[in-house]
Amino acid sequence: MKDLLQLLEKNHAQTIDQLSTMLDKPKEEIEAQIKQLEAEKIILKYHTIIDWEKANIDKVTAIIEVKVTPQREVGFDALAERIYRFPEVRSLYLTSGSYDLLVFIEGQSLKDVGKFVSEKLSTIDGVISTTTHFMLKNYKEAGVIIDDIEKDHRLVVTP
Amino acid sequence: MNWSERISPIVKSVPPSGIRRFFDIAAEMDDVISLGIGEPDFVTPWHIRESCVYGLQKGYTSYTSNYGLLELRQSIAKNIQNNYHVSYNPHNEILVTVGVSEALDLAMRALLSPGDEVLIPEPCYVSYKTCVILSGGIPVPVPTTIENEFRVTPEQLEKYLTPKTKILLIGYPNNPTGAILTEKELLQIADFAKRHDLIVISDEIYAHLTYEGNHICFAGLPEMRDRTILLNGFSKAYAMTGWRLGYALSNPDFIAAMTKIHQYTMLCAPITAQVAAIEALEHGEDEMRKMMASYNCRRRLMIEGFRSMNLPCFEPKGAFYIFPSIKETGLSSMEFAEALLKAEHVALVPGNAFGDSGEGYVRCSYATSLDKLSQALERIQRFINQF
Ligand SMILES: Cc1ncc(COP(=O)(O)O)c(C=O)c1O
Repeated sequence: MKDLLQLLEKNHAQTIDQLSTMLDKPKEEIEAQIKQLEAEKIILKYHTIIDWEKANIDKVTAIIEVKVTPQREVGFDALAERIYRFPEVRSLYLTSGSYDLLVFIEGQSLKDVGKFVSEKLSTIDGVISTTTHFMLKNYKEAGVIIDDIEKDHRLVVTP
Repeated sequence: MNWSERISPIVKSVPPSGIRRFFDIAAEMDDVISLGIGEPDFVTPWHIRESCVYGLQKGYTSYTSNYGLLELRQSIAKNIQNNYHVSYNPHNEILVTVGVSEALDLAMRALLSPGDEVLIPEPCYVSYKTCVILSGGIPVPVPTTIENEFRVTPEQLEKYLTPKTKILLIGYPNNPTGAILTEKELLQIADFAKRHDLIVISDEIYAHLTYEGNHICFAGLPEMRDRTILLNGFSKAYAMTGWRLGYALSNPDFIAAMTKIHQYTMLCAPITAQVAAIEALEHGEDEMRKMMASYNCRRRLMIEGFRSMNLPCFEPKGAFYIFPSIKETGLSSMEFAEALLKAEHVALVPGNAFGDSGEGYVRCSYATSLDKLSQALERIQRFINQF
């Protein structure tokens, strides 16, 4: 199953035929496995990695460190939920260290993001402080190097 | 000046490479998909490259001991011990060379007297026979066949044995066929070598790319360590072809003899590559396994692809080659390869480049991206449909 997940993580557009050959398993088995992985939400979604800058579509991403007071019984989870339900939040992590939550925000403009932080995020009960870092350049996304200059330098035919 | 008159007769006797001519045609085209490349499509894993850069920053730019950096030899010894349970003394039983290529050349030069014969199962890597010829020896090809999955057997070897036979040179997993030998088969070969008191040179450069069972190291077979020259390197397993680094393991007296030649002709292998190779051996296992898993997926795709075209091919179990038969097209290997290249812009290597017994086959390397492999298979299918 790990093999299958690894192949799908790299490229989910492979056909069942191909997957079945590559993993040396019957097609029916692969098909059933994928269905099950989807049903169990082990596979959550098939995602496309886009170089938005190259597409000339403006986006502003900010990474915000958030300190919060954990709440009795629910710890960080309830607060986290209040944050991640906003569609502006792209990713949210609980971390160890000098702050608690790491929030990735995406907006159309600096103003958008600023407004979200000051009006929505900082005003949530339990949020003690926020530190906002605007992202200047994306070098690598989900394991993919954005502007990879490495080329195939091999000769056409070698022994 | 008439240079060709002055070139040594031995060099003149070496036939030009069968790959070369082909290469010239392919290099002219721009949308060629090449299945003709005998090296990994991966770039060397970053941690290995990075350690080389760090080494340069720290000033590793000098010559090393003729044998190679001791730390590298220690890593090699540890690696061989862990993988195959054969022990070599890093002080006098290991020589670090400029690729397996140099190690092969040194071994031949250190062993052969004029007229000595070397048994070489065929199809085989292009350099084997030439290395023997350049050292004054006589290569004796031992043909293997698809019916026997390109394995060599003692019975076949026996047929080519003469009182002049001195060496048996084997390379499994095999380039170009992808064949491997099982332990049982290797034991029979070992028995043959012992009976006839032959030295065995075992080129195990594809050892880590074995897809079924574990690779069996020839030197690890009973009583074989002392008559074996074990060759291996970094080119294939760690995707380090351009670094030019390999090694030879053998008896101290023989390593000393090889080192004598190496010392005067090469001095030492490049230190930059040696520094990186330590990193590869010490921390490269994970990346290597990932690359191997990826080759294995592609291997299955290729087998399936050729079988569905009705081109007979046996299942290669090692290296990154597949060696289908094209006899049914009625073309020779060379004709097939040229026609395919011209019609469909797919480059592969005619089987006869690896010896006469490769005639009727073509070598396809699957060290190329999945996308390109699928496209290449489609193009080959289209080409085959004419027949
Ligand atoms: C069987 C075999 N031996 C040796 C070599 C040469 O390897 P190296 O890069 O270590 O000189 C190759 C390279 O293609 C090979 O296929």
